[in-house]
Amino acid sequence: MSFDLLLTQILNGLQFGLLLFLMAAGLTLVFGIMSFINLAHGSLYMVGAYFAAVTFAHTDSFVLSVVVAVVALFVLGFILDRLGFSTLHKRDHLDQVLATFGVLLFANEAMRIIFGSTPLYMDTPAALSQPVQILGFNYPAYRGAIIVAGLLVALGLHILIDRTRVGMLIRAGASNRSMVSALGVNIGWLNSFIFALGAALAGLAGAMVGPILSIQPGMGEPILILTLVVIVIGGIGSIRGALFGALIVGIVDTLGRGVLPSLLFLVLDPATAAAAGPALASAGVYVLMAAVLAFKPEGLFPVKHT
Amino acid sequence: MSTDAPLLALHGLVKRYGGLLVTDDVSLAIGRGEVHAIIGPNGAGKTTLINQIVGEVRSDQGRIELGGSDVTRWPVHARARAGLGRSYQITSIIPEFSVLENVLLAVQSVRGHNFRFWSPATALPQLVEPAEACLQLVGLLGLRDRSAGLLAYGQQRQLELAMTLAIEPKVLLLDEPMAGLGPAETQEMIDALQAIKDRHAILLVEHDMHAVFSLASVCSVLVYGRIVFQGNPSDVKGSSVVRDAYLGDEELP
Amino acid sequence: MTSGATETATAKAETAVGASRAPAIAAIVLLAIGVAVPLYSAIADDSYTVALVSRMLVFALAAVGLNIALGFGGMVSFGHAMYMGFGAYAVLLLGTAGIVNGWLQLAILFAVVAVIAVVVGWIALRTQGIAFIMITLAFAQLFFFVFVSLKAYGGDEGMSLAQVSGFGPLTGNRIALYYSLLAALVVAVYGAHRLVGSRFGLVLRATRINERRVKAVGTPPLPYRLAAYVLSALVCALAGFFLANLTGFVSPAYLAWPVSGELIVMVVLGGVGTVVGPVVGAVGLLLLEEILKAITEHWMALFGPLIVVIVLVLRRGLWSMLPGTHGDDEKGTRS
Repeated sequence: MSFDLLLTQILNGLQFGLLLFLMAAGLTLVFGIMSFINLAHGSLYMVGAYFAAVTFAHTDSFVLSVVVAVVALFVLGFILDRLGFSTLHKRDHLDQVLATFGVLLFANEAMRIIFGSTPLYMDTPAALSQPVQILGFNYPAYRGAIIVAGLLVALGLHILIDRTRVGMLIRAGASNRSMVSALGVNIGWLNSFIFALGAALAGLAGAMVGPILSIQPGMGEPILILTLVVIVIGGIGSIRGALFGALIVGIVDTLGRGVLPSLLFLVLDPATAAAAGPALASAGVYVLMAAVLAFKPEGLFPVKHT
Repeated sequence: MSTDAPLLALHGLVKRYGGLLVTDDVSLAIGRGEVHAIIGPNGAGKTTLINQIVGEVRSDQGRIELGGSDVTRWPVHARARAGLGRSYQITSIIPEFSVLENVLLAVQSVRGHNFRFWSPATALPQLVEPAEACLQLVGLLGLRDRSAGLLAYGQQRQLELAMTLAIEPKVLLLDEPMAGLGPAETQEMIDALQAIKDRHAILLVEHDMHAVFSLASVCSVLVYGRIVFQGNPSDVKGSSVVRDAYLGDEELP
Repeated sequence: MTSGATETATAKAETAVGASRAPAIAAIVLLAIGVAVPLYSAIADDSYTVALVSRMLVFALAAVGLNIALGFGGMVSFGHAMYMGFGAYAVLLLGTAGIVNGWLQLAILFAVVAVIAVVVGWIALRTQGIAFIMITLAFAQLFFFVFVSLKAYGGDEGMSLAQVSGFGPLTGNRIALYYSLLAALVVAVYGAHRLVGSRFGLVLRATRINERRVKAVGTPPLPYRLAAYVLSALVCALAGFFLANLTGFVSPAYLAWPVSGELIVMVVLGGVGTVVGPVVGAVGLLLLEEILKAITEHWMALFGPLIVVIVLVLRRGLWSMLPGTHGDDEKGTRS
């Protein structure tokens, strides 16, 4: 394995990790503050991707596609919470799991009805289709852009959470839900705002992933499950945990798939390595999760609750 | 006073929540047959103290001894098995179970192991007889098959006590057993406790001073986590320290 | 203590409800239908009904298994399909490896599943609430990918069985297969019934409702939860074993996470924590699917919202609508 290839894998892992962070940030906030499990979070990501793809097909503007996806998902998320999901906040986790499971099934089928099962594709925006030079080798500019965008969002979230009044309410809510409500904050609107924010981030992730992956019904669930792993590893309710958890998961998963099979060939006979490689590569992240949980069940960066 | 070694001994317990000192160097010892009351204004840290003794909260400093063993690091269930019974200020029973099943749950914790999957627990005499005895003690035997959630509040408090007794504890931690009870029910509870107090060491957290005077041989006054007075209940009234702490908070009879 | 005429009257009313015959009658009716179906199918030359009912029995068995962990133990496992998958793949993998005897396959299957369930359960039970649900889901995904990567055994497409499990002269006998599945279900339901009232069952159910109290009376919750989890895994594995033998086909789709979701829906639909509820829920849900599939190819678009409705409206489940049946959500005697 050449150094260049390893570096590429690491950068890919970083990029994947930041994408996961966009998903995880929203999800962990919603879990942590409203104690609301939303299995349909992957559907928000999928709908964002579809919004972007459709906008791009009509306008050829990548920037506009992303903006449309983000705004549409923010609005959609807000409406969803105001009109329906807020009733689920009061229910127990079992009910939430099942209800959002039903929503997820519906969303996938709805996309299938509207767009069919055939995947849609988005072209990489022209401005970013050339490779860039990083540390003396070529890396796809678009993926680099995702990394930059992800870091900017992380910074933006940091500023929002740590430096604004809204952020203060969010942090307080994560730590002590009932107290915030008792202080007279309209918890319903705050919750819907948080949910919408999470939806917007998912939409952003979906929009940005368009040029890299195919857009199809059911694309949200594999990402959702990895996002859940990220949150468990990072600590529920913790944005910092979401960031570091996402980076760890992104890198471990990418390296696992990229590097592990080759390593296995060095150690095992070809037949076993060929069989075990893909299995272990996919399993890597889950083994990591199990290991983290065995030692720190509350995650690596848990939120302190009062 | 009992001359045996204390069944429960606390040595210098300290607990902080952030900057707030909730338990400030609390020490006491209770022997068999003694009832040690803890009184104090609201927010004094009485329940936190009980939570530390029981093991739901980990003390920052200090030692807890149960029957001579150092249980400071033991988990809750281990302390219960070693003879520490606890009743809750806010009734903590299993509403979906019958009255009998609630007490059975406690009895079967201390009699044999529970990895038995076949015979109905309610049909096992080695469990049912001790359970019924506890119910008899608190006067609930007639309601044994009633769903616990359907009991009146006072009856639930009695069930709470029955469950605590059913594990055959040496030490009883009673967190405001009279809470919410009317005068008649309070007297019934006091009578029940009078009947059993010789066999146990009892730590009684209470606001009801009538109960304290009826039952307690020693009284500690807890203010801001600190014991400011420890002695005869009848001397509590006369203590200026206590009066200052209580002024406006409690009525001393 | 005040006792009076009113209290005795209430007590009498409760015993009357508890002794209601409705649950027993309903259960017998269901069993009778189950026994009659193959006979009907033979007479009416309708193999579709038998196949459908067989599928229902498989999932009823799995739902009964999940209910032990979920309904009685309060453990929302979103990964129980993986144990069904193990059951199915055992037939394929062991059969290919030369172990064809059905009893031997079952013995090995149970041993392996017990070990895996102990490990997975122990790790998952270090967490609670949301984290527990997500971890069980993640583990199921892990094994899903493991099976997908087994190219020699069909990969993500799955594979037909070269041979079914061997049970002497009954090998391949579809009638025997059906009735042994039915018998297994009956045994499982009865076992759950005994479990509920047993010492173990009492502790398990109490742990779900008031864990703090259970610890305070001296019982550590973990061993009981773990045991319940393992037991439920074994029952699901048995269901998967039957599934493979029924369909003659094994695929990673058996472990797909929507299957785990559907299992939970079945338990909830039937009545969480009741004994016969899971059977009703499984039958009901699969029946619903068949009806919807007949209406439109996009039946998922109806199925999803219906699940939401079930969750929001049918709080206690179908079985609890019978008089005299209660899960642990209700105050009263249980059946």
